[in-house]
Amino acid sequence: MNDDGVPGRSPRWTMSTVNLRVNGTTYPVTIDEGRNLVSVIRTEIGLTGTKEGCDDCECGACMVLIDGRPVNSCSYLALQAQDREITTVEGVMNGSELHPLQRNLLEEGGVQCGFCTPGMIMSATALLAANPTPSEEQVRIGLSGNLCRCTGYAKILAAVARTADESAQELAQA
Amino acid sequence: MSFTIATTVDEAVAAMAAGARPIAGGSDLVVGARHGKFPLPTDLVAIDRIATLRPIETTADGSVRVGALANHGELEVNATIVADYTALADGAALVGSPATRNVGTLGGNVMNASPAMDTGAPLVVLGASVELRSAEATRMITVGDLWTGPGRTSAAANELCIAIHLPARSAHAGSAYLRLEYRRAMEIAVVGAAASVALNDDGTLAALDVALTAVAPMILAVTGLSTFAGRAIDDALLAEIAAMAAEQATPISDVRASDRYRRHTVGVMARRAVAAAADRARGVNISVPVNRAQGIGAAR
Repeated sequence: MNDDGVPGRSPRWTMSTVNLRVNGTTYPVTIDEGRNLVSVIRTEIGLTGTKEGCDDCECGACMVLIDGRPVNSCSYLALQAQDREITTVEGVMNGSELHPLQRNLLEEGGVQCGFCTPGMIMSATALLAANPTPSEEQVRIGLSGNLCRCTGYAKILAAVARTADESAQELAQA
Repeated sequence: MSFTIATTVDEAVAAMAAGARPIAGGSDLVVGARHGKFPLPTDLVAIDRIATLRPIETTADGSVRVGALANHGELEVNATIVADYTALADGAALVGSPATRNVGTLGGNVMNASPAMDTGAPLVVLGASVELRSAEATRMITVGDLWTGPGRTSAAANELCIAIHLPARSAHAGSAYLRLEYRRAMEIAVVGAAASVALNDDGTLAALDVALTAVAPMILAVTGLSTFAGRAIDDALLAEIAAMAAEQATPISDVRASDRYRRHTVGVMARRAVAAAADRARGVNISVPVNRAQGIGAAR
């Protein structure tokens, strides 16, 4: 571990200035070439909704979307994300209005300590975008890269199912 | 001390000739570096934007060319892979989580040469070859000749894996891969087995290949199976196959399982893989992955 919290960083790395596009805004960042995406999002860009948990691609707290697909940002080089669309939990809200997933997580009691919540929301967002009416099994698979150590899984599943039901109803009414 | 983005294979192999290491999703390279297993290479060339490395295409001779950047998420749902190379879809569907399957590529998986890789045994039984390109030449090598040890390959440092080739399948053929697992996601095979079965018109065995996961320094191809040609696929045959698999395995004991447990369970996995592959060869629809379809592995 070194000063900026990047184990494995080598002083051999040079700094690069690149543009990262996060939630529709372009941020120029000057970073060393071994930096992982989560540390750049949190410390250079200042969006701290994305969490770093295991730092090992296991827990999903760092989940972001890159071009719409879920990616563990702890184990993804920031430089590889240049010119791609990065979406973090800050990007799912509609202005000051909660995303239906956020609202349903609150209403179903799917948030306890909240550390896993941003990652859960990103995985569920990608799942529902690809499959608006998932089965329970498909929801479980969609969230299978996200750990909740409060073990609130049942309520999280219920919140995702409720969000899918609501969008199905909206579609039926439209 | 450089990070460059290649948009063509020529750019990538030129960078590799100058000493750069390729990075696609980084799911092995970056995780390994952050663990302190090995430092990130000094010079990296990102290959994930080379569009020609992405497609999964059927070629004129009926074989399928899987671009090195095809990721596990694509493999598990690709119609050709699911229909004709089902074991590979089974293996891809078991890897990690949706996020890791999005990022992890088949080319990266093959070149990482883990003896526990879930796509490895399927590639062996499907007869896969790897297309390696350097600045000077292109060559094909079977996966069996590519892998030389855990994390080691016979590829030179300047050679880039650009595709994996899967030979055409015969008419009455099926394949399957399954693994022993302690949990259903973010898991690495305790042991695993893939089988490819081709049937004669009378339903007897025409050809059989079996390969084993995580019981040897490399993916292990079971030998001596040709003697079973012409046999009915029944419990007696499956028991003999299980015994051969267990006998040829050379597992280690580690935190995940003892060698004795691995040796026993790899036989069970081999038997079940052959049975599932035979069912698929008969036209039985077993959804991908077999582990979920048949409730094998971790319970809910």
